Amino acid sequence: MMRRQVPLLICFVAGIVMLSQNFIPPLTWVYQQALEWARIISAIALFIGLISLVRVHTMKLKRKAANYRYSYVTLFALCYMIIAGFLTKYGLFVKLHAGCDTGSAWEWIVTALEKALNFQEIFLNVQIPIQATMFSLLAFYIASAAFRAFKARTFEATLLLIAAMIVMLGRVPLGQMIPGVKEITVWILDVPNTAAKRGIMIGVGLGMASTSLKIMLGIERTYLGMKD
Amino acid sequence: MTGMELFWTWVAAFLTLSIYSFLYKDNPFYKFAEHLVVGVSVGYIFTINWHQGLHPYLFNPLAASWEHPYNLLRVIPLILGLLFLLRISRKYNWLSRFTIALVMGIGCGTAIPPTIETRIIQQTKASMINIIDQPSLWAGFCAVTILVGTISTLIYFFFSKEHKGILGGTARLGIVFLMVGFGASFGYTVMARISLLIGRLNFLINDWVIGTWNFIAG
Repeated sequence: MMRRQVPLLICFVAGIVMLSQNFIPPLTWVYQQALEWARIISAIALFIGLISLVRVHTMKLKRKAANYRYSYVTLFALCYMIIAGFLTKYGLFVKLHAGCDTGSAWEWIVTALEKALNFQEIFLNVQIPIQATMFSLLAFYIASAAFRAFKARTFEATLLLIAAMIVMLGRVPLGQMIPGVKEITVWILDVPNTAAKRGIMIGVGLGMASTSLKIMLGIERTYLGMKD
Repeated sequence: MTGMELFWTWVAAFLTLSIYSFLYKDNPFYKFAEHLVVGVSVGYIFTINWHQGLHPYLFNPLAASWEHPYNLLRVIPLILGLLFLLRISRKYNWLSRFTIALVMGIGCGTAIPPTIETRIIQQTKASMINIIDQPSLWAGFCAVTILVGTISTLIYFFFSKEHKGILGGTARLGIVFLMVGFGASFGYTVMARISLLIGRLNFLINDWVIGTWNFIAG
């Protein structure tokens, strides 16, 4: 009962209340409250990811698994970022600076520490460049994937190839210099592309609405780890 | 450029080149950068989440609950969140179902009306425009093409009946529209990746090489 029926009942009641608030204005208060609750729950749920990451890498270190030394890098980066974030956000350096005499050795140490533990600088110069480079790396792989996709000499593959080529040409200054390419690109994007996307969107919308109803009514319960 | 800025530029350049070294083959530099970004990004998200999620929505309201007793209601999501953490326990992980059920219920109930409105009604309305009212014959032709394309794409995804006869022909037309749409999306994706590549090369040439040269040259 507690393990199976109660969660399904909670889901049903929460779903119905949230659905009703669209039609019953006084319930908007409940909606606002629910959004804040969901935000708190998701913020706490992030601890699961943190615990899981630490667990995986400490296990790798304990077992001395393949490439285990890189786990030190991950764990060090994680701790460094959290410490840097907390020190910066809680304004510890500002407090330390206030208690320092100008030109003293203590001020020099605090300034050096502040620069080394600059939360925003680490984000801007470590995370952003790595992520942007990883995505740009896909430019090389997408080209080889395209070559393999276009090797299939079917009518559909040819259509895909032609549309992709025209859109790519129409998006660069050199391609736009070819007469008609810009107009055809705009037409492809505005007409057949819109039609296909609209068909997919309507299909997705119908799927989302029906799946949501199935979840609320307890027909779909695999999200709770129940098979029947 | 100050000495500190130059230092961070070199760090970013080293990491950029480490990631690009994967084009040759998997190597220690790539693995280092890969493991580094995992730690940094989780640490970053955790810190931001703490300061922009837990602080304003949980800690601050609870601290002010002497003046606003109504804020004590936030203890409920706190307990639900803690129950969710039991997901990692083998014995008590079933308790996390209450939280998951509540979040799913809120999500589903909230999603249905806007989904129907924006993804179904608005899209259907936009496809069924008055053809006679169009400013030109070409605009009318385009409107008809969009309508035919939308219907044929939807029919392609209708699997309750075998695709034969008129249904088969319409589904085939749907594939044509889908392929052109996928081609356009593919072209866009390629261009987005190329523009990121240009951005990284721009950084390496202008910020790193020329920036370092200017710093040395004074």
